[in-house]
Amino acid sequence: MHRYTTDMYEGMLAETTTVQGFNGDIINAYFARPLGPGPFPGVVVIHHMPGWDELYREMTRKFAHHGYLAFSPNIYYRFGHGSPDDVAAKVRTSGGVADDSVLEDTEGSLRFLKSLPQSNKKVGVFGTCSSGRQAFLAACRLKGFDAAVDCWGGGVVMSKEELTPKRPVAPIDYAKDLSCPLLGLFGDEDQNPTPQHVHLLEEELKKYGKNYEFHMYPKAGHGFFYYDRPNYRQEPAVDGWKKIFLFIEKYLRTST
Amino acid sequence: MCTGIVETAEVKGSGKGPNGWFKLEEVNVSYDHPYDAPLEHALNIDFVNLKMAVGARVAVELSPESARKLAETILTTLARGEDHMKNSEASSELG
Repeated sequence: MHRYTTDMYEGMLAETTTVQGFNGDIINAYFARPLGPGPFPGVVVIHHMPGWDELYREMTRKFAHHGYLAFSPNIYYRFGHGSPDDVAAKVRTSGGVADDSVLEDTEGSLRFLKSLPQSNKKVGVFGTCSSGRQAFLAACRLKGFDAAVDCWGGGVVMSKEELTPKRPVAPIDYAKDLSCPLLGLFGDEDQNPTPQHVHLLEEELKKYGKNYEFHMYPKAGHGFFYYDRPNYRQEPAVDGWKKIFLFIEKYLRTST
Repeated sequence: MCTGIVETAEVKGSGKGPNGWFKLEEVNVSYDHPYDAPLEHALNIDFVNLKMAVGARVAVELSPESARKLAETILTTLARGEDHMKNSEASSELG
């Protein structure tokens, strides 16, 4: 695991930028990266349903702090600009953001990261809640990711009644196409995904011989990383982040 | 969990947002993660005007119990108000 010591140089640049996404649109994005020539691995950080918010800025910087080129596209770009909660409210009313839109924004971010001179050409994808689902979907439908992290992604298993024009296919139906190792972190008190949903996904991954690692935390519900929400659970959150960094180090870091 | 449960209705009236009063056109009621209220799920009410910027919004996030109290209180107050108006009209006809 990549470790910092008190005698080493550390620097980071974090700023908003742009990237080409769905439909050729130039969308804005938050890019945090360690300073230096690299080579560094990358992570596309897909923000959650509550929006392209401060928490996701922090998570993006956390990846950069650990030595990753971390790129978080604003997947709500097309709904207009305002405070993250106002934009998220508009997205909620509009029935969410379309899967195809998120996938192309994610693919644009992946391409951008791999094009950088300081990239080691290894890129992962990360998401929580709705974006955990989208991270899984990206790992199945896009080629080029080297690791994926799905934190309590709800709606991977969907009934026919839950399908919509924006979400026309249940992500679990793409499990056979998973193209990279997958880490899944879940809580056994979560209502979506329930432990049963996680079990169904696991069975599907086993069926197709996929490389995955799932952890189900006891006494944890939905969103147990969110320190500003009542569902925060300290032990699972600390352990979960450790597991994430161990996992992505294994699949994204190349020896320098 | 993200439920995606939203109901929408047209409304007439005004709301006071961060930039003052504005004309309301729609109310969106959802049962989903709140942004600020310390609850896993909340009954979220957004009064909006989609012709204006996304910030034209009056928002509340309520616990389910509070939302029920609000709905009952609105209906009670509305019934009292409408009774009052009917009685006033009847008095003026008699007078």
